[in-house]
Amino acid sequence: MTRFPVLSNVTISPIAMISMTATNTHRDNPFPHRHLLGIEGLHPHEILGLLDRAEEAVEVSRQIHKRKHVLQGRTQINLFFENSTRTQSSFELAGKRLGADVMNMAVSQSSVKKGETLIDTAATLNAMHPDLLVVRHHAAGAVHLLARKVSCSVVNAGDGPHEHPTQALLDALTIRRHKGKIARLTVAICGDIAHSRVARSNIILLNALGARVRVVAPSTLLPSGIAKMGVEVFTSMKEGLAGADIVMMLRLQRERMNGAFVPSVREYYRYYGLDAEKLSFAKEDALVMHPGPMNRGVEIDASIADGAQSLIREQVEMGVAVRMAVLEALAANLPNN
Amino acid sequence: MAHDTPKPLVLSNARVIDPARGLDAPGSVIIADGTILAAGPEAANQGTPYGAELVDCKGAIACPGLIDFCVSVGEPGAEHRETLASASQAAAAGGITTICTMPDTDPVIDDPALVDFVLRRARDTASVNVQPLAALTKGLRGEEMTEIGLLKEAGAVAFTNGHKSVKNAQVMRRMMTYARDFDALVIHHTEDPDLAGGVMNAGLNASWKGLSGVPREAEIIMLERDLRLVAMSKGKYHANLISTSDSADVIRAGKAKGLNITAGISINHLTNNENDIGAYRTFFKMSPPLRDEDDRQAMISAVADGTIDIICSNHDPQDVETKRHPWAEAEDGALGLETMLAAALRLYHSDQVDLVTLLGAMTCRPADRLGLETGRLAKGAPADVTVFDLDKPWVLEKSAIRSRSKNSPFVDARFSGRVLRTVVGGRTVYAYA
Repeated sequence: MTRFPVLSNVTISPIAMISMTATNTHRDNPFPHRHLLGIEGLHPHEILGLLDRAEEAVEVSRQIHKRKHVLQGRTQINLFFENSTRTQSSFELAGKRLGADVMNMAVSQSSVKKGETLIDTAATLNAMHPDLLVVRHHAAGAVHLLARKVSCSVVNAGDGPHEHPTQALLDALTIRRHKGKIARLTVAICGDIAHSRVARSNIILLNALGARVRVVAPSTLLPSGIAKMGVEVFTSMKEGLAGADIVMMLRLQRERMNGAFVPSVREYYRYYGLDAEKLSFAKEDALVMHPGPMNRGVEIDASIADGAQSLIREQVEMGVAVRMAVLEALAANLPNN
Repeated sequence: MAHDTPKPLVLSNARVIDPARGLDAPGSVIIADGTILAAGPEAANQGTPYGAELVDCKGAIACPGLIDFCVSVGEPGAEHRETLASASQAAAAGGITTICTMPDTDPVIDDPALVDFVLRRARDTASVNVQPLAALTKGLRGEEMTEIGLLKEAGAVAFTNGHKSVKNAQVMRRMMTYARDFDALVIHHTEDPDLAGGVMNAGLNASWKGLSGVPREAEIIMLERDLRLVAMSKGKYHANLISTSDSADVIRAGKAKGLNITAGISINHLTNNENDIGAYRTFFKMSPPLRDEDDRQAMISAVADGTIDIICSNHDPQDVETKRHPWAEAEDGALGLETMLAAALRLYHSDQVDLVTLLGAMTCRPADRLGLETGRLAKGAPADVTVFDLDKPWVLEKSAIRSRSKNSPFVDARFSGRVLRTVVGGRTVYAYA
C-alpha cells in the first residue's frame, strides 16, 4: 500500500529531495513538487504560479459560498508541535474551503521529545493515511525529517528559525496586489532576523522575484554571515528605511527582550520600534507589514499598526488564500488524481 | 558651582607641554570665556585679554588638565567614603580636571536616570569635570546587558563592569556586538574570577606569607578571550587595568592585528610591587594584585612604547571598616587622585618614560578614547589646564589627604613634582599655597 517510496536512512539536502521526489516532471505541471518544505528550491515561475492560483482563492473566499471541491475525500492533518492560533486556523480554513476533511492535532511540547519520538509520531500518523500533513515544529529541520518518513504531502508551517514558506508567499501576494509587482521594490525587513523563519523565507522569495532586500536590526539580532544572504545590512532604522517601498516588521520574542539580545523593551522601541518618525524615512507610499502577532509598543507603534499604511489585516486574508493555493497545488500531484 | 563666566587668565612664562601635538616649548597659555585662546610659543607676547588675571609660572610646566580614566566614588551609597565633592577636591589637588566615575556604586549606575543623577550632583557639587561610566550589565551581575543607547544619550561616556569581569563569554560577546552599533566603548577588568581566587600575586612571596595567590594567568586568559571576542564582534575595547608583561604582549599582538583596542594601567602598578606589601599592609591590597618587579618594569616599558595607552589612578576609597582587617578579609582598593601625577613623574625622574608620552597617557589619549574635547591645549578646547613644578620635593602626610578615606599606599612617601595650579573651564579650582 506504499504509494511513495519511503526514504529512510538517506541523508540528502532538501533541494535534492524536492527534485528526487517530484512526481511530475512534465513541463506543463506548474508545481512539480511533492512537499512544500521551504521557499528554497522553488523556481520564480513556480512562486508566481502559486500567487496566481492564490488570486483565484481570494475570489472564492470572498463569495458567500466559499467552497471548492478539489480536496473532496482528502484528509488533511494539521500537526502543530508549537502553539499557533492564526497559522493553524488559516490552514484549517483553507483545507475546509477546498473540501478536505481537516483534523487538528496539537502536540504539546512537553510530551514529545525531539528525534526518535518525532519519527514515531510520523509512523503513527502515516498509518492513518492522510493525504496532506501541515506541520509546525520548534526545531529547524524537523519538518524535513518528518517528510522523509511519511508517504503523504507535507507542508512546512514553520520549522524553528528556518523557514515559513506560506508566510513568505502571503507576504508576496499582499505586496503584489498593492504595488502590482515585486521586482525592483525595496523591502526592509526589520527586527529579530536571527531567530526568524519569516525573514529567511522572505529573503529567499523576494530575491527570487527580483526585489531589493534589506535587513535592519541591532547586530545581536543578525545571524552571522547575513551580508552574504543576499541582503543589504543596516543597524540603523533611519538608514535602513530610507527609500523603502515595504517595511516588514518582525515580532520580538519576550524572552529576548530583557538583557539577552537587547537590553530592554524601552530601548528596543526607541531605536527599532516602528513609529511615525522612523516610518517617515521610507517612501511616502511605503506599506507596513507584520506577520503577527504584534507587540504594540515593542516593535511597532499602535498608530502605525492600525494606520492607513498598514497591510497587517490584509495579510491575514491573503494567508488563507495562499494556503488554499498551496494545498491545491500539492493535491494535484497526489496519486489517483 | 557658580555658572558665571570666569575672567580671562594668562599663564605666562611656562614650559608648555601639549602631548596632543607633541609640543614641549616655552610659552604661555591664554584663556578666555572658559576656553583656550592660544597656548605655546605662539601665545607668548600676544598681549592679554581685557581684565585678565596674570600668573607668572616661573618656568613651571603648563599641560592639559589630567583625565583620570577610572575613579570610584562613594556617591551614591557610600558617601562616608567619598563624595563627588570630596573626590573632586582631591582630583584638583592632584592636577586632575576630569574624573571618569566607575558605576560600582549603590545603586549601580545601570539606568539612564542614575547617569542623570551623577551628572546633576556633579554639576552642583564638584569642582572638576565628571564623566560617568555606566554599567555594562544590569547590577554588574554579568548576565543581562544594559541600555547602552539610552545610557549614552543620558551622558555615559563608556561602559564597564566595574572591578568585576564578565565571566560568561556569550554575554560579553553580545555586549560587545550590541555596543558596536552605538559606537560605545567597552572597558573591561580582565581577571578570571575563578582562577584569580587568591588575595595577592601568586608566587614565592605569597607562599611565604601564607596567602593564597592570584596567578598572572587569571588576567592573561581573560584578556586573550576578550581580544578573540573583539575580533569576532569588531567592537571598541579597553583593557582597563593590566599588570603583567604577557598582558602587554597580548595587547601588542592585538594592535598589530588592527583590533580597535587600548590598554590602561593603574599608577599603583607602575610605582609599586608586591614587596611593598611588607607586613600585610592592606593599603597595598588591590585588584589586580601588585606584581613582582619584573612585571613592573615590563609595564613601564609598555607605557614608554605606547602599548599601554592610558594611566589612571584607579582611585578606590576604603575606610577603616573595610581595610582594618586581616589581609585576606580586607577590601581591595587604594586612593590615587592626589598622587597620580607625582607618582607618575617618578618614571620621568628615573629616565624611563619621556614627559610628553607620560602626560599623553593622562591627557589626550584618554580624551581621544572617550571622544572628549578636553585633554589638549588647542584653540577653542575647554580651558582645563594643570601647572606643576617638575622637581619640587614633598611628602604626602596622612592628615593632608583631601579624600574622605585615607587608604593611600603613598602615605609618608617622598615625591619630586608638585601641582601648583589646577584650572577647570578657565576657573582656578586649586592653587598651591
